[in-house]
Amino acid sequence: MSSEDSDSSDDLPKHGLQGPKPEERPHPEGRRNAQGIRIDPAAEAEHEPRRAVLSALVENDPGVLSRIAGLFSRRQFNIESLTVGPTTVEDHSRITMVIEEPDPGIDQAEKQLAKLKPVISVGELDDDAVRTELVLLKVEGDEPDKVHAVTEMYDGQTLDAGPKTITVQLTGDEQEIDDAIDAFRQFGIIEIARTGYTALARGDQATVPGEKPGTANEPTKPKNTQ
Amino acid sequence: MSKQAPSSPNAESEAAAATEDGPEESGDAEQSPVTTGSESVIRALENEGIEAAFGVQGGAIMPIYDALYHSDIRHITMAHEQGAAHAADAFSVVRNEPGVCLATSGPGATNLVTGIADANMDSDGLLALTGQVPADMVGSDAFQETDTTGVTAPITKHNYFASDADTVGDTVGEALALAGEGRPGPTLVDLPKDVSLDETDVQPGPAEPPETTRPQYVPDEEDVQVAAEAIEAAERPLLLFGGGVIKADATDEARKFAYEYEIPVVTTMPGIGSFPEDDDLCLSWAGMHGTGYANMAITHTDLLIAVGTRFDDRLTGGIDTFAPEAEVVHIDIDPAEISKNIHADYPLIGDAGIVLDQLDDAIDETPEAEEWREQCLTWKEEYPMDYATPDDEPLKPQFVVEILDEATDDDTIVTSGVGQHQMWAAQYWDFTEPRTWVSSHGLGTMGYGLPAAIGARIAAEDDQDVVCIDGDGSFLMTIQELSVAVREELDITVAVLNNEYIGMVRQWQDAFFEGRRMAAEYNWCPEFDKLAEAFGARGWRVDEYDEVADAVEEALDYDGPSVIDFHIDPAENVYPMVPSGGANGKFALTEDQL
Repeated sequence: MSSEDSDSSDDLPKHGLQGPKPEERPHPEGRRNAQGIRIDPAAEAEHEPRRAVLSALVENDPGVLSRIAGLFSRRQFNIESLTVGPTTVEDHSRITMVIEEPDPGIDQAEKQLAKLKPVISVGELDDDAVRTELVLLKVEGDEPDKVHAVTEMYDGQTLDAGPKTITVQLTGDEQEIDDAIDAFRQFGIIEIARTGYTALARGDQATVPGEKPGTANEPTKPKNTQ
Repeated sequence: MSKQAPSSPNAESEAAAATEDGPEESGDAEQSPVTTGSESVIRALENEGIEAAFGVQGGAIMPIYDALYHSDIRHITMAHEQGAAHAADAFSVVRNEPGVCLATSGPGATNLVTGIADANMDSDGLLALTGQVPADMVGSDAFQETDTTGVTAPITKHNYFASDADTVGDTVGEALALAGEGRPGPTLVDLPKDVSLDETDVQPGPAEPPETTRPQYVPDEEDVQVAAEAIEAAERPLLLFGGGVIKADATDEARKFAYEYEIPVVTTMPGIGSFPEDDDLCLSWAGMHGTGYANMAITHTDLLIAVGTRFDDRLTGGIDTFAPEAEVVHIDIDPAEISKNIHADYPLIGDAGIVLDQLDDAIDETPEAEEWREQCLTWKEEYPMDYATPDDEPLKPQFVVEILDEATDDDTIVTSGVGQHQMWAAQYWDFTEPRTWVSSHGLGTMGYGLPAAIGARIAAEDDQDVVCIDGDGSFLMTIQELSVAVREELDITVAVLNNEYIGMVRQWQDAFFEGRRMAAEYNWCPEFDKLAEAFGARGWRVDEYDEVADAVEEALDYDGPSVIDFHIDPAENVYPMVPSGGANGKFALTEDQL
C-alpha cells in the first residue's frame, strides 16, 4: 500500500487517489425503493401506509408505558391511539395500539416492541378482530329530548344531564363513532374524550402469539413462533 | 412476534463448565455472607467473574464503592465518567464480554450518557451502575438527582431502578446477563443510596437474563436451505462481515466459509478484523470512506451475504443505489435488523457461527464465480489505496499509520477517536485479527480513543501492544484520562495526527460549504508532547518523515503512557469518499470529483 519513495507517487494526485473517474466506471441499472426493496417491475415498488392494530402483552414494569411511547417517538412510528389496562393475570397489562405505516414499518414496529424487556408478546390483529372504542361527548343542554333521541339511535348512554350540558357515552368502531359525532354536532359539542381502539382476536384465536384463550389467569410464557 | 426460550447448543456445555469451575473460581466456601444491598451488588459482579470496573466516586454511589473496598475487582478511577463508560466499552470489545462502569447520581450519571449511547450504537456489552438519591427523595429534585432511568431508557437494552436490598443483587446479575446476551448492548441499574445501605442477607443467585428477551440462536432449517440454493446459484456472490461476526465469536466460521466457497469478503468498519485484510479475497471495508474496490464489489454483486450488520447509512450511502442488483441474504441475531434498512430476500435469524455452519452443511456446490473473483482483483489494482508524499508538503498521516503498523505485531490493539485520523487508521492499518480495532462507529464519539485505550490495556494480554491513533480535536476532548494512564502505569502509545483542524469538518467545509472554515481551526490546541510530560507521561513532537520511525520505536519501547504529536499536512483529505446519501459506486477519489 505504501509509497515511501517519492518516485512512485509521481502519478498520484497530491490530495486524493488514482483510478478511473466516477463517470468512467460501469454502473448497474438496478435500483431499490425507499424501503430498501429491489425494484422489480413485476412487483409493486412502494408500500402505501395502512392502519394496523397491534396488541402487546406486557409486564407491569415501572415505566413500561413511557418505554413504549418513547420507542414510537424516537423511531418515528406514526401512532394513532394507545390504550392500556390490566389483564386477569396479576402484573400483566394489555396495550392496544393503532399505527399507520407501510407494511415494512408495521413489521419494524412489532419487532422493536418485541425487543423491549417488559414486552412478553406482541402481534398484529386480523381485520376480523373484535375492536371497539369509547367516546364521551359533552354537548349543549338546550334540546335534551333531541339529544336523548340521537343517543338512543347510536346505542349510547346519558351519563350526566344538567341544565346547561348533557354528557353521553358511545362505543363502537371508529366509523360509527365518527358518524355519531357528526350527528351530535347540531347540538353544539363542548368537549370530546375518545379512548382509541381496544381489541381482542375473534373466537378462539390468540390475541398475541403464545397467549392461550380460556387460560387467561395463567401467565403467558414468552415463546418464539418464528 | 413473540419470544422464545434459549436454544443455544452451547448452553448446556457452558453450564456444565461453569459448575466445574464454580467451587474453585468463585470460592463459595470462602465467601462471607453479604450484609447490605451494596455488598450484594458487588457479589453479583464477582459471581460473574467481573475482573475490572471503571468509574468515578460520588455521594450516592459511595456505599457501592465501600463494598468494592473489600473486593478483588480491580477498580480504575477515571478522570471523567464519560471516560469510565468508554473504557468499559473498549474492555468489552477486547474481551467480548460486558464491561462495567460506575458513576454517582445526577452529573455522574449524565456524564455516562455519551458512553452508554456509544455502546448502544455499536452493540457493545456494558453494565452501568449509577448511584441515586434515597428512594424516598426521588422526585423531589434532591441534590444531584436526575431521572437516570428516564434519561437512559432510549439508549439501553433495558434499565432497572433498584427498589429493594433483598433483590438488588439479582437485578444486577440480570442486567449483566442481558448486556451480553444475544446482540450485546448497554444496561443500567440505578441504585438509590438507601437500597445500597439497607441490610440484607440475601445472596444473589446465578445471573439469568430476563425470560422475555431470549434470542433465537438457531435459524429455521427451511430458510437455510433456500438461502443455500441462492448461494449455489450466485454468479457474483459477496460476503459482508459486520461487527456481529466478531461479537458472535464467529470469526473462524466466517473465514472458513469464505475460503471454502472462495467468496470475496467486504467488511463494515466494526467488522474490521473479522477477515484478514492481507488476504486476496479481502476487499477491506466498504462505505463512505471504504476502499474503491469494496464499494465497486457491493455495487456489482448479485448476491450479498450480510452477516451481523445493520446496514448503517455510512455503509449503504443512498438506499436506492445500494447493491442495486443484489438479492440479500441477511444473517442476524436481532430480528428487528432484518429488512429495517435494506430488504432481506433471505433472512436468517440466529447466531452468526451457527447459521454459517448450517449454511455450510446445506451448500452442495461451490458457486461458479471465477470471473467475479478476477473482477474484484482487477478493481483492487484499478483503485489502489495509496498516497503521494511530495517533498514540498508536510508529513502525510497515512505514512505515520503505516509505520506504526509495521512497528507492531498483528495482535496490536488500535483505538481511535472520530474523524479523519480514524479513517486513515482504518484504511492504512492492515488488520488481521478480530478485536484489535476498537473505535466509535455508530455514534461517532470524538474523544473515544484515549479512554478506550485505557480500557483495552486493562483487558488485553500483557504482551499485546495498545496504540491509540487520535486527532488533535478528539484527543483534547478526553485528554484528562492521560492522568489515569500515568497513575495506573499503563503501557499505551498515543499517536496524535495533528493537523490543527477539526479535520473532517474542514474537509466537508472545503467540499460542500465553499471553503468557509467556520469554527474548524484548532491551532489553539496545547503542545501535546509538553502536555504529556506535564501529566507525567512521555512526549515527542514529530514534523518530518525521517523522525517518524525513531519516535515510534522509542514510544513503543517506553513502558508507560507515551504521546507522539505528529504535525501532519493540514491540507490532507480522506479519500475515497462517497458523499452522504450518494451511490457507493460513485466514490470520489479527489475533491473535484465530489
